[in-house]
Amino acid sequence: MRRGRYSFAALVRHALSGHRRWPPAWRRREPKRAYDVVIVGGGGHGLATAYYLAAEHGVRDVAVVEKGWIGGGNTGRNTTIIRSNYLHPESIALYDHALRLWPTLSLELDFNIMFSDRGVMMLAHDLHDERILKRHIHANRLLGVDNRWLSPAEAKAFCPPLNIDPRARYPVLGAALQERGGVARHDAVAWGYARAADRLGVHILEGIEVKAIRRRGDRVLGVETDRGVIAAGRIGVVVAGHSSVVLGTAGLRLPIESFPLQALVSEPVKPVFPCVVMSNRVHAYISQSDKGELVIGAGTDQYVSYSQRGGIQVIRHNLEAILELFPIFARLRLMRQWAGIVDVTPDRSPIIGPTPIRGLYVNAGWGTGGFKATPGSGHLFAWTLAHEEPHPIVAPFGLDRFESGRLIDESAAAAVAH
Amino acid sequence: MLEIPCPFCGPRPEVEFRCGGEADIRRPADPDRCSDRAWTDYLWNRTNPKGVHRERWWHVHGCRRWFVVSRHTVSDTILAVSDSGQTAQPQETAADG
Amino acid sequence: MAEGPVRLPVGGRIDRKRRLAFRFDGRRLAGHPGDSLASALLANGIRLVARSFKYHRPRGIYAAGPEEPCALVELRRDEARVDPNCPAGEVELFDGLEARSQNRWPSLAWDVGALADRLKPLLPAGFYYKTFRWPAALWTRLYEPLIRRMAGVGRAPRLPDPDRYAHRHHHCDVLVVGAGAAGLVAAELLGRAGLSVLLVESRAQPGGWLADGGAGVRLDGDAAPHWLQAQLARLEALEGVRLLTRSTAFGLYDHGFVGVLERIADHLPLPAPGTPRERLWWVRAKAVLITTGCLERPLVFPDNDRPGVMLAGAAAHYLHHHGVLVGRRPVIFTNNDSVYGLALELARAGAAVTVVDVRPAPPARWERELCEAGVRMLCGRAVVGSEGRSGLHTVHILALDADPALSLPKPLAADALLVSGGLQPNAALFAQARGRLCFDEELGAWRPDEAPPRLWAAGGANGRLSLAAAVEDAARAARDVIRSLGGREPRLELPRVEEETFAQTPFWCSPLKGAAAARRAFVDLHNDVTVADIAVAIREGYRAIEHLKRYTTAGMGPDQGKIVQGNLQGLVARELGRAVQEVGTTTFRQPWTPVPFAALVGAHRGPLFEPLRTPPTHPWAEAHGALFEDVGPWRRARVFPRSGEDLEAALRREARAVRTACGVIDASTLGKIEVAGPDAAIFLDRIYTIAVSRLRVGRCRYGLMLRDDGMVLDDGVVARLEEHRFHLTTTTGGAARVLAWLEEWHQTEWPELRLWITSTTEQWATIALSGPRARELLARLAEGIDLDGAAFPHMSFREGRIAGVPARVFRISFTGELGFEINVEAGFGLHLWEALIEAGSDLGLTPYGTEAMHLLRAEKGYVIVGQETDGTVSPLDLGLEGLLAKNKGDFIGRRALALPALQSPERKQLVGLLPSEPGSVLEEGAQLVPSPEATPPAVSEGHVTSSYFSPNLERSFALALLARGRQRHGERLWATRLDGAPVPVEVVPPCFYDPEGQRLRM
Repeated sequence: MRRGRYSFAALVRHALSGHRRWPPAWRRREPKRAYDVVIVGGGGHGLATAYYLAAEHGVRDVAVVEKGWIGGGNTGRNTTIIRSNYLHPESIALYDHALRLWPTLSLELDFNIMFSDRGVMMLAHDLHDERILKRHIHANRLLGVDNRWLSPAEAKAFCPPLNIDPRARYPVLGAALQERGGVARHDAVAWGYARAADRLGVHILEGIEVKAIRRRGDRVLGVETDRGVIAAGRIGVVVAGHSSVVLGTAGLRLPIESFPLQALVSEPVKPVFPCVVMSNRVHAYISQSDKGELVIGAGTDQYVSYSQRGGIQVIRHNLEAILELFPIFARLRLMRQWAGIVDVTPDRSPIIGPTPIRGLYVNAGWGTGGFKATPGSGHLFAWTLAHEEPHPIVAPFGLDRFESGRLIDESAAAAVAH
Repeated sequence: MLEIPCPFCGPRPEVEFRCGGEADIRRPADPDRCSDRAWTDYLWNRTNPKGVHRERWWHVHGCRRWFVVSRHTVSDTILAVSDSGQTAQPQETAADG
Repeated sequence: MAEGPVRLPVGGRIDRKRRLAFRFDGRRLAGHPGDSLASALLANGIRLVARSFKYHRPRGIYAAGPEEPCALVELRRDEARVDPNCPAGEVELFDGLEARSQNRWPSLAWDVGALADRLKPLLPAGFYYKTFRWPAALWTRLYEPLIRRMAGVGRAPRLPDPDRYAHRHHHCDVLVVGAGAAGLVAAELLGRAGLSVLLVESRAQPGGWLADGGAGVRLDGDAAPHWLQAQLARLEALEGVRLLTRSTAFGLYDHGFVGVLERIADHLPLPAPGTPRERLWWVRAKAVLITTGCLERPLVFPDNDRPGVMLAGAAAHYLHHHGVLVGRRPVIFTNNDSVYGLALELARAGAAVTVVDVRPAPPARWERELCEAGVRMLCGRAVVGSEGRSGLHTVHILALDADPALSLPKPLAADALLVSGGLQPNAALFAQARGRLCFDEELGAWRPDEAPPRLWAAGGANGRLSLAAAVEDAARAARDVIRSLGGREPRLELPRVEEETFAQTPFWCSPLKGAAAARRAFVDLHNDVTVADIAVAIREGYRAIEHLKRYTTAGMGPDQGKIVQGNLQGLVARELGRAVQEVGTTTFRQPWTPVPFAALVGAHRGPLFEPLRTPPTHPWAEAHGALFEDVGPWRRARVFPRSGEDLEAALRREARAVRTACGVIDASTLGKIEVAGPDAAIFLDRIYTIAVSRLRVGRCRYGLMLRDDGMVLDDGVVARLEEHRFHLTTTTGGAARVLAWLEEWHQTEWPELRLWITSTTEQWATIALSGPRARELLARLAEGIDLDGAAFPHMSFREGRIAGVPARVFRISFTGELGFEINVEAGFGLHLWEALIEAGSDLGLTPYGTEAMHLLRAEKGYVIVGQETDGTVSPLDLGLEGLLAKNKGDFIGRRALALPALQSPERKQLVGLLPSEPGSVLEEGAQLVPSPEATPPAVSEGHVTSSYFSPNLERSFALALLARGRQRHGERLWATRLDGAPVPVEVVPPCFYDPEGQRLRM
């Protein structure tokens, strides 16, 4: 057994020494002058990419360069919803690739990331919603992805606090349920990948900011950081919230705008909400964390901002919708609100793959729903970096699709952020 | 919630407005002579700066006029506002942030 | 000597003559008006009031304000009015109050959860990340439910909240937050400068620290309470100054926007009839001045969490406000001067007081008085432990210069341990609003550094800890504000404050060596985070302050770590050997104190959440038993079942009637826009795919609007009313969007075009009449319109009178039958409808709803934007090339249609489908596959967009989008079903009825 492996027995053993002998989850390293691969951005996607490069492709001379602390961007600010019930086959393949990795991730990483497949239920409030959700169910099932239709009574049975009064302003006409969907502990995902990558030799460099991508002609050379130049022939940029800024230093213009996306939690209460519920119509989604807070999110603010803040009116409207669906939560209290920065593409699908600069790869534009894709995104991006060509699942998500017009528009069905 | 200095109505709360995104995006004058790349650059690519952003706002629940605001995207401080649409020459005046 | 807290015979602001009955965990108790729940519990000698989050440790009242980490209780007014997690010191006592302790089972005294305390060696910070992983399936089924049950604190209510909540929007020159000494002085200056000032105070009375006794300071030679009264009177006299009490500024947002929660009825059993429970003030201020004073920092030492351990400031509060002596043998543990006034007061109230000061000597100013009052001084010492399971009885004291390995701590009997780790500026609001903090080494605390526009901090909140400095700073800030707003500076004499300067020495944690090392020293008393947890986390690599917070959960409880942060950062700095400034703070977020969801939402609930719109004939439809559907913001009649009919039967009857006789539908929900002006035609040529400029006056045409990426945005009919005046219709859901679209293009792209755009959706009621007998019926009601087919051809419009009222009549049809859309002034809509119903009774006139409308248009292959299209469908996909004008110049969306992907033959195209089994109706959204055996994962070739059983065709049919669809007519495919095997269908052209359009032209 490797030293420092996590288990109940290890906890007991370490209890005897007052837990003073646990090794660091990931080590502090001095940056080398060059690596085979540099990943810019130590969020969940970047760390997962580094882990899979080392674990599955034998590429271990890898550095993850993070300007702040790992998992400090959207990884640590999202509402942790995980699902794969998208509309288009390309998207279903991409997100389900991730969803298939979630259940065994705790074992693989030797870190409990608390994936909880408690089910994600999306509500229909009018016939149009019903038609769209059923179209999703048909499309999902054809690709072997679970999703089923629930009557209002079945929806209520699955989520007892739900108000299914037909006289409601937005009555519940039914719901689409993906039982394999759920939530996970967001911070733990970053930490788990970092720890597992570190053990395979990946350097995790926190507190080092990439100032620019260095290129010569159409070939990438490395990154300029506040600690000097780090050379690499392959660079993966995975900096949700700053994609335009970082890739702008390489002269690239992107079909991305960065918006604040807000979320909030209630004060912690005993278990009252067993699943995840989303409503596109009223712009709200909600679940309950293992600590007991209701975790609630909505759509983005309307203007580009890097401030990690948004307007209270967005939260207010979000809560109006929540109380419409769950009137019993009216007296519960807002404990904390916050915001992340989401990079939104015109078709609400991510951009993954090569750029016009050789050796420079991008993984960006996950919009409001990137967390769910973390393992899949890392897995496929690692493959892409290792083979220097897009993995077939991510091939349709290249930057070139905007010029050809071959968009993968999920916005028709995803009016709400999640 | 931001306070948007509408050049026609004065400062008003953000809920009265819609943000129309980046200003100064030129629709190619002759679409037929424009390459696919140039056309889709117009359609999709955005500057998305971390810094001063010239952006269009629409006073939808007010005078329904479009105008251009310069706002810093980190502090969200509003630096200037011009009272015309994107094609006119902006007359920038200082505005209180 | 008796033990524990006790009510003094005199003192405090309570009304000893009146008694208020209340219950705690079912026990009947009594207090007085002026009590808080916490003071009343203490007065009843109750110290154990709560169990902690993780270890279920017994806990007591620790603070007196919103920073309370321990004494959170559930208040219960009735089944629906249940409020979990209320800090006991913040709850004003009322008669009949019922409170319960939380997070314990079966009772507060005997809590099974306390087993966790025994297992503590196995439960270090983040233990759950290291175990519970195997087998994977058990996480969701076993481990997680167990953890979830242990976690959480209070319980959510089970019934909807019956109370009302109000909102008020308020504009003022200056919002002053906090009516302590600094706020009161600043408000006076600002008011005298003629500014409008809103001064908000979260407590029931203003005064802050002065009201808590002010440690015996004198202002203008007067005792603090007297000066306070006089100052309030001075403010009262200022017209522009308004004071709101029980009002908390919980959130500073952008550009001077502040949320203030006013608690109108939380101190009452129930809100007075007709009044809200709480009022949320949305304040927009030109300037915000933060005078929120200081928070007292706890001291960290082993076993610092027992009931009986309390902040020294809280003890002062309970003494001055409520006449409660929190202990008869209190020990005060401090690193600063703020507690000495309290020590004297406690001693004079009859307590045997010991002060343990970590500094080598007591402040000289107090020495003589302390001695006279009999206060015992133990300097250069620290508390390093305590005893007492459900209530403190002994503290352990150790000399700081002693070798902890050799010397034993000395026990000292005590029934209360009052701790003060120094004062720290309460700058949370300043930081929320993007103010920058810096760590002031002299203060040993963070204080405001750089303020964003419109924001100021002053007094204690700005790091001025002594009263004299705070008052001076408030005046300075007020003058700055006045200058920035261009006001005139008034003369004001500041109060003379008799007070020595204030000193404190940072002290992060008592020594944890020797025996003490095995005990837990809590940094976060709510979430049970200990010094050892912090050390373990740092050793494991969680060194960033945000990682530490998230890994240990320090500061993540309902108190949001208000008094945790200072010690946490200090300890981390010490552990890492770095400066506190480098360690940094976690992000300060709104709200300062929790805000009920209902208060944020206010009146926007139920019918006022998002108002519902109904068309003019809605009352008639309701009276005639219609079933409804919601479409965008509208509620529309879906079918009009007659008695005994179900939806399907009614639909078939309605759809047949339109084809065989005639029917009417209220189409008022369609968007209507008038565009007028000399350049209107040029403009509309660019907006629509069709050549609007070639339309003759009096004629109409159906057209599409595209986005500039070539996808269908909306559709509708354009009518040329006059040479320079057009009437457009839009889809029901698209009305607002299309209006916005037109205005945007006009103003931002083509401002040189001379035209005006006006929404007329609300001006016109639109009743659509169609069917072979429509003309016959209309003739009975029309005046001044020649209805003859030649005089009034298809796709034209006329004006005249229908049923006696002025009308615009469009000869257009969405059913494929002879049709007229009659537009009358909205107020005449119901009149017209009833006139038609009456006049048409012998012609088989049948009112029909949206369901029949959809069926009839689908028989004709007419698309619905939003049903056949979803933002990814181009006119080429719909087979509507005919609507793309060739020789009129550019229009929006035209260029994009030439992109390779939009020209691809592989795209999905609109087709019709006939199920092989004519009775089976396909499911909308069903996927089309090439074989019935298609097993997942299978490739979809397309999907069903609309599907019906047609009583006119006497069979089922559908519309679909199918890859290469137009080349595949006659092909056989299969459509998936949700429950069952796919069913076979034949691909056909997307028009099932009267493909030549003869019936339109009758």
